[in-house]
Amino acid sequence: MKCILRMTTLLALVFGVNVAEASTAGGLSTFWFPEAVTPLAHDVMGVHVEFFVIITVLFFVAFGFILYAILNHTKSKGHKAAQFSMPVTKTQWAGFILPFVGLFVLDYIVMGIPAWHAAVAMEDTQTDAQMVLKVTGSQWKWQYEYPAEGIKFVSNMSTPKAQIDGKEAPGENYLLEVDNKVMLPINKKVRIILMSSDVTHSWSVPAFGVKRAAVPGFIREMWVNIEKPGVYTGQCSQICGKGHPFMPIVVEAVTEDKYKEWVAQKQAEAAKLAASSEQAWSKEDLMKHGADVYDKVCAACHQAGGVGLPGVFPALAGSKVVNSKMLDESGKLIKDAHLDRVMNGKTGTAMQAFKATLTDVDIAGVVTFERNSFGNNMGDIVQPSQVKALR
Amino acid sequence: MTTDTMHAAAGHHDDHHHDEHPTGITRWLTSTNHKDIGLMYMIFGSLMFIVAGLLILAVRAELLYPGLQVMQPEIYHQLVTLHGAIMVLAFVIPAATGFNNYLIPMMIGASDMALPRLNNWGFWILTPAAVLLLIPFFLQFFGIGDGAVAGGWTIENAPLSIQAGLGIDFTILCVHLLGLSSVTGAINVIVTIFNLRAPGMTMMKMPLFCWAWLVTSFLLLLIIPVLGAAVTMLLTDRHFGTHFFIAAGGGDPLLFQHLLWFFGHPEVYVALLPIWGTLPSILSTFARKPIFGYKMMVYDFWAIGILGSIVWAHHMLTMGMPLAGNLYFMYITMSISIPTGMMIFCWIATIWRGSMTFETPMLFALGTMVMFGIGGLTGLVIPDVAAYAQYHATMYVVGHFHYTFMGGAAFGLMAATYYYLPKMTGHMFDEKLGKLHFWLSMIPFNIAFMLMMIVGLEGMPRFASDYPSVYASMNFIISSSAFVLGAAQLIFFYNIIKTARGNGAKVGDQVWEGAQGLEWTLPSPPPYHTFTIPPQVK
Repeated sequence: MKCILRMTTLLALVFGVNVAEASTAGGLSTFWFPEAVTPLAHDVMGVHVEFFVIITVLFFVAFGFILYAILNHTKSKGHKAAQFSMPVTKTQWAGFILPFVGLFVLDYIVMGIPAWHAAVAMEDTQTDAQMVLKVTGSQWKWQYEYPAEGIKFVSNMSTPKAQIDGKEAPGENYLLEVDNKVMLPINKKVRIILMSSDVTHSWSVPAFGVKRAAVPGFIREMWVNIEKPGVYTGQCSQICGKGHPFMPIVVEAVTEDKYKEWVAQKQAEAAKLAASSEQAWSKEDLMKHGADVYDKVCAACHQAGGVGLPGVFPALAGSKVVNSKMLDESGKLIKDAHLDRVMNGKTGTAMQAFKATLTDVDIAGVVTFERNSFGNNMGDIVQPSQVKALR
Repeated sequence: MTTDTMHAAAGHHDDHHHDEHPTGITRWLTSTNHKDIGLMYMIFGSLMFIVAGLLILAVRAELLYPGLQVMQPEIYHQLVTLHGAIMVLAFVIPAATGFNNYLIPMMIGASDMALPRLNNWGFWILTPAAVLLLIPFFLQFFGIGDGAVAGGWTIENAPLSIQAGLGIDFTILCVHLLGLSSVTGAINVIVTIFNLRAPGMTMMKMPLFCWAWLVTSFLLLLIIPVLGAAVTMLLTDRHFGTHFFIAAGGGDPLLFQHLLWFFGHPEVYVALLPIWGTLPSILSTFARKPIFGYKMMVYDFWAIGILGSIVWAHHMLTMGMPLAGNLYFMYITMSISIPTGMMIFCWIATIWRGSMTFETPMLFALGTMVMFGIGGLTGLVIPDVAAYAQYHATMYVVGHFHYTFMGGAAFGLMAATYYYLPKMTGHMFDEKLGKLHFWLSMIPFNIAFMLMMIVGLEGMPRFASDYPSVYASMNFIISSSAFVLGAAQLIFFYNIIKTARGNGAKVGDQVWEGAQGLEWTLPSPPPYHTFTIPPQVK
């Protein structure tokens, strides 16, 4: 009996902790499902809550029988053991088969039918889609493109390294903040096209009820139709290397007007950027811009100070690739030289083709920076216009 | 279990003259005796359990607080991956194989396994396999390579594995060796069961444990070659320019996942079936009542084995398979709940109206039953295509499969250990320590993994060395419970060693009142060679 007391205490303890935690984090009523803000998420939440009610009831029914037996059918209570080993009478057979008929009904009707509807809705990415967002996963950031609007940008995590290393207190949106948020209008069906430039990633925002893999070489699709303005977050959901915990997804849903304003602003920025890659940059400006890009993009692997990680990521300080010519006499790329590496990457390694994600100015800046920092002293510079011509 | 106790105790029974065997280290290196090999498997499994447990405690130390305090993500991913790979491939299977080696000949009235030399070989290729898996982790500290395999124990992100360093190559070789070991073990079980049963021991009279291992062995023969093929294709992709999994050359990264999960899902049943075979006999012993639905459970094992082999892609429902594929894998996976439910029904019916006592093996058997029940139920919702988007690759899944793997398989193995320990050593273990171990395992286990499922539902992804601040308090509780859970296992090993060294009351042939089966007709500990003359089973 002591055993039963302990078991009850155990259960009370576990559920006590659960309930206490739940009251602070969204509530038991939705079984910890985050607030649903798309039609799909409502579907998914409906299915989720229904299922959890079912399994909770099933658990307590089965556990009830076990507990009853543990309490009553014991030697210490002098209970004589019955000797049955299979159902014999018709009533016993009925009692035996009933749970499985019940389970079959639960599986294929109570759970199966709503699940079918939600699954079909999930795949219907094209009917009445009003806009397209292209998402490309790459180690360890997300690139977003709005093909119709001509907008393209990269979204990097903006949580400072000092916070991760514990040198500063974590901020409010620790690990869930980015430099460029994805903006989406509310009440519009957005078809999301997923791709990857290196390994498999997975784009997920729990509040939208979507999660889908970005598989290199293939196109995957999903859709959202956000009902409520707000900022929604998620994280990469497929282990994709060392930066896996550090590639968050931040989507801001805004009204149609605000969205249009943002599009106009982004387009203006893009025009300015295009113009800036035409103009000639001074070495100081390139170095300054390059240092920023280096910290954001390159330092994750090649480390601050260009020292690399021995055996894993090569050092840039004193590197042969960096400290040699990168363009031939006619101004063409020399294969496997510095600029070629940065623009086209090295296949089979984590060094990706950065021409896909960085602008002309970024590439010119970072290459100039690397050639003239960390003790490298090549003295030469690359102009954004040269990079543009080499694409 | 020390050699001396085993040997000395076996020597007391003068009706067995065949106990001459090499002594010292040669006995173990060259042994073709099923009990010696069984013990070595169990010791190997225990060591691996301790290694993998320590790895995960380091991981939980990192997760105590948000931010990176203990290690960088590179190391973190290696530790998590090694923990999974070792627990699944080098702990659960070898430990369960140890029990089959030790028990199957005794249960069916045979003198040994049918292929004793193959048996020896099967064990000894495990050791280099474990070394191969672990050694890259240490090499990195000497500047060689970039550490152990780090893409999760399923290494399912093939493009990532192609990028990775020598850890993957070592793992591929290790998987081949482990696979060979499993295949030799499986062949041995099948041949033994089909050929060496004592007169009168018909198939339908065999203990459920033998049936479970028969199904397990056929599953292993089906899936291990597929795993071997998959990792070999990965190896040629990495080094010989093939393009099986590289889209740029016409390959498909998902092909690897299909092959891997074709192995990986039945693997779950490989880990669980031996436990499902043991539980009914423990429950029946301590309820003093025959097993309910013996035939039903035999059919259940086969049903689960067959269904378990055709449901693999429910691990890939967010990978963008066609709708028809998603729906097929959802419905076929749900169907597994029916034989599994039937099995749990039989377990409950076995204790129902019994006359129960609660010794440690019974406590663990009941605990396993309830924990596996939670694991099964929380798994029932996962294959649902819609809700899957919410669960996949979150800590919810991690919590769920720990309820099945640790709550089902590891606790089940502990139940079996306590049940057979007196038979193996001839001495009763310390009941008080056993009960303490039970409660110190169950309580932190439930707190840790229940909360883990909840943070997962709230959205915390797995394989994350760092997490947003909202999950901080939960992770703190999970980590603290994990430390208690880890420490509690020391009691278990202390208790085993103490018993094996001859502490505790001597036990007779029939250790437990009401235990059924040929193994209980033998002395405790059983002599070196059992059943030189096959017993007649009525």
